Amino acid sequence: MRYVDEYRDGALAQGLAAKICQEAQSDREYHLMEFCGGHTHAIFRYGIPDLLPDNVNMIHGPGCPVCVLPIPRLDAAIELAVTHGVILCSYGDMLRVPGSRKRSLLKAKAEGADVRMVYSCMDALRIAQDNPDKEVVFFAIGFETTTPPTALVINQAKTQGLKNFSVYCNHVLTPAAISNILESPEVRELGVLPLDGFVGPAHVSTVIGSQPYYYFAEEHQKPVVIAGFEPLDVLQAILMLIRQINEGRAEVENEFSRAVTYEGNPKAKQVVADTFELRRSFEWRGLGVVPYSALKIKEIYAEFDAEKRFTVEYRSTGENKACECGAILRGVKSPPDCTLFGGPCTPENPLGSCMVSSEGACAAYYSYGRHQERTFASDKPSATA
Amino acid sequence: MSNKPRYTNSLDMVNGKVEMVHGSGGKAMTQLIDELFLSAFSNHWLEQMNDQACFELPVGKVVMATDSHVISPLFFPGGDIGCLSVHGTVNDVAMSGAVPKYLAAGFILEEGYPLADLERIVYSMAKAAEEAGVHIVTGDTKVVERGKGDGCFISTTGIGVVPDGINMGTERVSVGDKIIVSGSLGDHGVAIMSLRENLTFETSIESDTQSLNDLVAAMVEVVPDIHCLRDPTRGGLSATLNEIAQQANVGMQIHETQIPVKPQVKAACEFLGLDPLFVANEGKLVVFCPAEKAEQLLAVMRSHPKGRDAAIIGEVLDDELNFVQMKTAFGGNRMVDWINGEQLPRIC
Repeated sequence: MRYVDEYRDGALAQGLAAKICQEAQSDREYHLMEFCGGHTHAIFRYGIPDLLPDNVNMIHGPGCPVCVLPIPRLDAAIELAVTHGVILCSYGDMLRVPGSRKRSLLKAKAEGADVRMVYSCMDALRIAQDNPDKEVVFFAIGFETTTPPTALVINQAKTQGLKNFSVYCNHVLTPAAISNILESPEVRELGVLPLDGFVGPAHVSTVIGSQPYYYFAEEHQKPVVIAGFEPLDVLQAILMLIRQINEGRAEVENEFSRAVTYEGNPKAKQVVADTFELRRSFEWRGLGVVPYSALKIKEIYAEFDAEKRFTVEYRSTGENKACECGAILRGVKSPPDCTLFGGPCTPENPLGSCMVSSEGACAAYYSYGRHQERTFASDKPSATA
Repeated sequence: MSNKPRYTNSLDMVNGKVEMVHGSGGKAMTQLIDELFLSAFSNHWLEQMNDQACFELPVGKVVMATDSHVISPLFFPGGDIGCLSVHGTVNDVAMSGAVPKYLAAGFILEEGYPLADLERIVYSMAKAAEEAGVHIVTGDTKVVERGKGDGCFISTTGIGVVPDGINMGTERVSVGDKIIVSGSLGDHGVAIMSLRENLTFETSIESDTQSLNDLVAAMVEVVPDIHCLRDPTRGGLSATLNEIAQQANVGMQIHETQIPVKPQVKAACEFLGLDPLFVANEGKLVVFCPAEKAEQLLAVMRSHPKGRDAAIIGEVLDDELNFVQMKTAFGGNRMVDWINGEQLPRIC
C-alpha cells in the first residue's frame, strides 16, 4: 500500500534499531514518554520493544481520549441516554468503557437506550436531521484532533437551525496534560518518574503545530520530538531523542514534518476558538482536576450545549481501589504493575479504562505484548480450560 | 407423481410480498414451496413433498454441520445471503475432509419482504448448491410479523461422508506442523463493512464467499495426512489460530510478511482502524500439516483456482500458554490475540 508500507519497512527498521543500539550509551538509562495512545498502539503492534536496547524505556502517557474521561462524565452520558431518552451518538471505543456500577453505554443499549456508534460527528448531525422528533446528543471526546470537527458540526447545526441536536462536550487539551505531568510531585520532587524526553503527538500537532511544545523544552529542559504514528516514525523519534539527550540539548524537533508545521492548522484553530472557550478546570481520570485543561461550548452556541439543555448531574464516584489506571496514565506505573492486569482485568472484561481502547496502555500491552512476561493469570491453563 | 393443488393465480414474483399466510401451513405456503423452492432446487427428494428426505449414504464416517445466516445487508458485492448459506455449511462439512452431499434449509422470512428478492436469494442458493455438487433435499419456511425479523434469515444443515483414510481434527495438530492459508484474508468482512448503513465508503472489494469442498478434495487426494482444516470465518484468522492453539495445547508463530492480504483490503482496514487478521472470511481455509508435506500441499493448492494465492504463514510451537505470536513485517514480535467484542474503529 503506497504511502503506508514505506513507513513500516523492516529493513529500514533494522538500520534504525542498530543506530539506536550504537548511540544509546550503555552506562545510562533513557526514559522516554510517548504522550499519545496512537504511539503506544504502534509500539506494541509492531513489536518495537524487541528492537530497543534494555536501557531505553518507553513510558506510556495519558494521550488516550477514552482512558482519561472521568467516570462521572461517562455516567452522565449514560444518564442522558437512559433517563432523558435521547439518541446518544459516540465513537466506538467509548461504548465499552465501564462507568460506575459496571454500567457502560453498550449495556445501556442492550437495556433499550438508543445509543449509536458513529465514525464521525457528521453522522450524528445526520441522525438529528433524520429524526426531527427525537433529541440527538453527540458525546464529544478527544484531544485537539477531534475538536475541530465537533466545532464544525455545531456551526452547521446553527446554520441549519436544527432544534434537536446538542453536543456533550468533553474535549481536552494536550499541553495542559503535559504540563500537569511535568509539574507532578512524581517528576519534580519524588523522582519516581524519571523523564528524559517526549515523543510528541502526531495528529494533535497537525492542528496545534509544534509551537506549544517549546515551553516544555525550555522551561523543563525536556527534549520533544514530534513523531508520526507509523512505526518508523516512532523509531526515528527515539533515535532523535537519544541524540538530544546525549548532546545535552532540550529542543523541539519535528520528525513528522510531512504533516506538522510550526503554527499548525490556522483554520482549524480558528473554528475551535470561535466555538469553544476554556473551562476553569476539568477532572481527568488519572491526572485529577487540571486547571484550564478542557473546552466548553461558548454562550453563543448555548442551545447546542447538552450540559445547558439537560440537567445532568456530575456525581463523583470512587474507582475500583485496586485499579492502577490513574498511575498508569501518569506514567508512574506500567500495566503489569497492576494486580488486576491479566487477572480479573482483561480486554474481555475491562475493569479500568486503559484496558478498553486499543490505544490504552493496558489493552495494547495485553493484546500485543504480554508474551514478554508470560505470567498472567488469564493465560494459565487452568483459567482457560 | 401426485396431482398438485391448483392455484387461482400464480405468485406475483415482481410486486408480491411475503405474507403471514406463506408460513401458516395452508395452500399459500404450498404454493410458495411449489412455485419457488421446488422449481429452484428441483430434485426428486423435495418433489416427494415429505416432511423429511430419505437417502442413502456411501460407506464411511458421516459428518453433520449447521450454520445460521443473519447477514446485513442481504445482498453484497460478491454474493448474497443465499449463496452464503450454502457455502457456510458446505465448508463446515468439508473442513473435516468430508465430501458434502445433502443440505437442509430453514427460512425465517419477515412479513412484507419482497418476493422478487426472495426469488433472487433462493436461485442464488440453488446455483451455489449445484456448483458445490450438493442437493438441498428438505426445508422449512416460517414467517414472522413485520418488524420481528430482518427480511430473511436462513439456517442450513449439511451432511457429508469422510473418505477412507482421512482423519482430521484439532487433536492431531502437533509441534512442528506448518500452517498454510488458501488465499487473501479479510475480503468478506471488508466488503460487508463497506456497505453498512452509517459507513459511506466505496471499495472495489468483493466478498470471497465460495465453497471449498473441491479444493479440499484436491488437497486430501495428494496429502491425505492433513492434520487439521478450519475456515476462518467470524473473528478472522486470529480467532481460528487461538482456538486451535488452545484445543491442541500448542503455541504458534506466524510471519506477517507471508500472510496474503489484498492491497485494497489493507487500505480499507487502515482507514477504519481494523486488523485484517480479525476480519471475517467466507471462502478461505487454514491447514495444519506435517512440515515435510507442506511444500507438496502448497503446490496442489496453488494449482487450484481457489487456492492460487495460498501461502505457508507459520508453524506450530511447543507452548503451554498457547500463545499465537507474529513476527511483524517491521521486525518485532507480537501477540495475535482473540478479538474482543466487535471490531470498533479507533478514535484518533
